[in-house]
Amino acid sequence: MKKMAIIATKGTLDMAYPPFILASTAAALGYEVQVFFTFYGLQLLRKDLSSVMISPLANPAMPMPVPMPVMVQMLPGMESMATMMMKQKLKKHGVASLQELRDLCLEAEVKFVACQMTVDLFEFDKSEFIDNIEYGGAATFLGFAGDTDICLFV
Amino acid sequence: MNFDKELDARGMNCPLPILKTKKSLTDMVSGQVLKVISTDCGSVKDMQAFADQTGNTLVSQTEENGEYIFFMQKK
Repeated sequence: MKKMAIIATKGTLDMAYPPFILASTAAALGYEVQVFFTFYGLQLLRKDLSSVMISPLANPAMPMPVPMPVMVQMLPGMESMATMMMKQKLKKHGVASLQELRDLCLEAEVKFVACQMTVDLFEFDKSEFIDNIEYGGAATFLGFAGDTDICLFV
Repeated sequence: MNFDKELDARGMNCPLPILKTKKSLTDMVSGQVLKVISTDCGSVKDMQAFADQTGNTLVSQTEENGEYIFFMQKK
């Protein structure tokens, strides 16, 4: 059986997609998949994913309906607005929600490992994270990653 | 073409057509044929890639009025 390992380090809406898409698809193709969530990636393991947002600020590649100066992008509420618009866009184009993709990963037995050090560092409460995940460190990840066909850092 | 099960993946985008195809094949038996209807033009390459990597056979694929129709035979 082929194996794939992914390190997910980002906790924004846009950067949450690649790990979940690749993990779910690889599982559908018969891969054994493990995703290691570290630093901001931990946000993707929260029961409630509504705090996962996208910001147009410092994100010049993000297509905007109208050109928007940085001074405007930093106004209060812009992040929520951009997130809402992005979610509408995703829905309109038939792209699955993060929740749906994450559920599909779990259903396909993708293994999620949360970085224990990050949990300690940010003093996260484990009860805020979904069940059925493991907690481990770099050595845990490398134990699996060392024997994979594909290993990605996102 | 005869088929045993149909999957309507219209309106779904990558990777949903593949994930739903995989799911649909799970409770079918070897030799049975799944018909998939998709509107995602990316699924044309992806369904072939799915077949190549999973050993299922993509018996045919056609396009009709912007809809892609696949017949996938389970390994």
